[in-house]
Amino acid sequence: MSTDLNLAPNMDRPDDVYADLLAAHEGLNKAESDALNARLILILMNHIGRREVLAQALAAARAPVGD
Amino acid sequence: MNKIFEVPLYPYTRSADQDAAKPAHHRVVIVGAGPVGLAAAIDLAQQGIEALVLDENDKVSFGSRAICFAKRTLEIADRLGCGAPLVDKGVQWNIGKVFFDDRKVYDFNLLPEDGHKRPAFINLQQYYFEDYLVKRAREIEAGGAPLELRGGNKVTDVTDHGDHVELHVDTPDGPYAITADYIIACDGAASPIRSMMGLDFVGRVFEDNFLIADVIMEADFPTERWFWFDPPFNKGQSALLHKQPDGVWRIDLQLGWDIDKAEEKKPENVIPRLKAMLGDDVEFSLEWVSIYTFQCRRMERFRHNRVIFAGDSAHQVSPFGARGANSGLQDTDNLIWKLKLVLEGRAPDALLDSYDAERIHGADENILNSSRSTDFITPKSEISRVFRDAVLDLSEHHAFARPLVNSGRLSMPCTYDGSPLNSADALASGPARTRPGSPCPDVALGNAFLLDSLGGCFTLLTVNADAPDSLTEGGIAVTRLALSTLDDTTGALAARYLGDAPSAVYLIRPDQHVAARFATFDEAAIRAAIRRATGLEMQA
Repeated sequence: MSTDLNLAPNMDRPDDVYADLLAAHEGLNKAESDALNARLILILMNHIGRREVLAQALAAARAPVGD
Repeated sequence: MNKIFEVPLYPYTRSADQDAAKPAHHRVVIVGAGPVGLAAAIDLAQQGIEALVLDENDKVSFGSRAICFAKRTLEIADRLGCGAPLVDKGVQWNIGKVFFDDRKVYDFNLLPEDGHKRPAFINLQQYYFEDYLVKRAREIEAGGAPLELRGGNKVTDVTDHGDHVELHVDTPDGPYAITADYIIACDGAASPIRSMMGLDFVGRVFEDNFLIADVIMEADFPTERWFWFDPPFNKGQSALLHKQPDGVWRIDLQLGWDIDKAEEKKPENVIPRLKAMLGDDVEFSLEWVSIYTFQCRRMERFRHNRVIFAGDSAHQVSPFGARGANSGLQDTDNLIWKLKLVLEGRAPDALLDSYDAERIHGADENILNSSRSTDFITPKSEISRVFRDAVLDLSEHHAFARPLVNSGRLSMPCTYDGSPLNSADALASGPARTRPGSPCPDVALGNAFLLDSLGGCFTLLTVNADAPDSLTEGGIAVTRLALSTLDDTTGALAARYLGDAPSAVYLIRPDQHVAARFATFDEAAIRAAIRRATGLEMQA
């Protein structure tokens, strides 16, 4: 299993997935949306599980231009 | 009622040293009769090294203070001869509950591992811990061990002359001077000796205050650890409820930074807070109230030639995780056997530098863990609070989030990875938990226990392996403890000391940490490991 973060397109039906993300936030105020995002990040981090992959994801999120 | 912490246990009496024509000389002077200083004195004296303890007071500590004593501390106390009364008096618990806002989010059971003589930890007021150590000190003193405890003796000046140290001591009868080969400064977080020597103590101050109260009540709260994040009775803050012996409950309430300490400590302000927490109908009385703020910091070095710092004088952590007194006991456990060998000329002075290397490693681990707990309990930014609350919300429904909840990671003994006293691991398929540098995990051996069998000397532990019954290298005598997995039906000995290896030979230090391990007995390798473990490879 690769220890590298996958930054190539990997989502099935990206427009639908993106719409799902926005729909999850519908009707929420800023604090509720922030809380949802935090829960979502933690759930996904646990799903990924591997510290080295998460470290690459954090680095990519912090500097989105890449290397 | 005459409380134990109100009774002078070592009242001032005039010593012959005060009338001596020239300063009397002592081998080791320990400054401070708290848990760390007392443990150091007992450890030295019962091995025949003269120990003089000076303390400006004459009583055990006031209030519960340190209340959680971890297994490693109890194992050390066993070696000192006073583990049993501590465990008999202490409260044991395995169930913890975590509350968030107005609801319980989950509970846990620590499910302690089998085959250990001592529990994962006990709750016990610090004054009882000190009282049992004082009793043990008196017991070995009566048996002829060279130990003396002088209350009402305040050290006012310390001068290191290179080959000895000079101390000036103030007493109710006026000042006197003594000299010593070594001083162990166990004089607490505000260490006067550290200040006298102008030494640094840098680190991070946490901007928070905690109200701690010892409450006596006849309540039917179960013997569990309850921790609240953001409870209705202390909004935006945290709270902890813990049971101690004698129907005393310890309550910690976070107050935040911007408070009036004197005002908050008044019973008329404390009692309504406790009523809101415990319920209006619970009868209780206050035994002790204190407010503290804390810092995470350590000295750059703990050893300054002949003055050696141990416990809170050397390092300070937040209270979360019970790493104060517990780490202090690990300091003396690490130091005393080294000091003994150096004083007896059986090891080079450089061995004492390994105390610095190993216990700074331990202090850094404790500071890291306790800082992380503090950051979880008291989020330092809006986003860290958002994540903290998300973890707590998820923990109610999903097991994955529970390991992220951090209300204190309970003190575990440090593994001295990278220590200059370790030999390279020569048991590649052995368990990671017993690699060189590790504290030996206990194993039940019929009606006895492995750690009791190790005692406090260098030991050659053989598991399914042949070796001579004893061996001497330089001035170090090593005794073999021969075990076989055939005698252990539980499988714990194999799981903890063999892993996938068919046999193993461990060289174990007097503080019960692994110095080296091999698959079979190799005399040259064992001798080299003994030399390394006693600092002979450390000389420049």
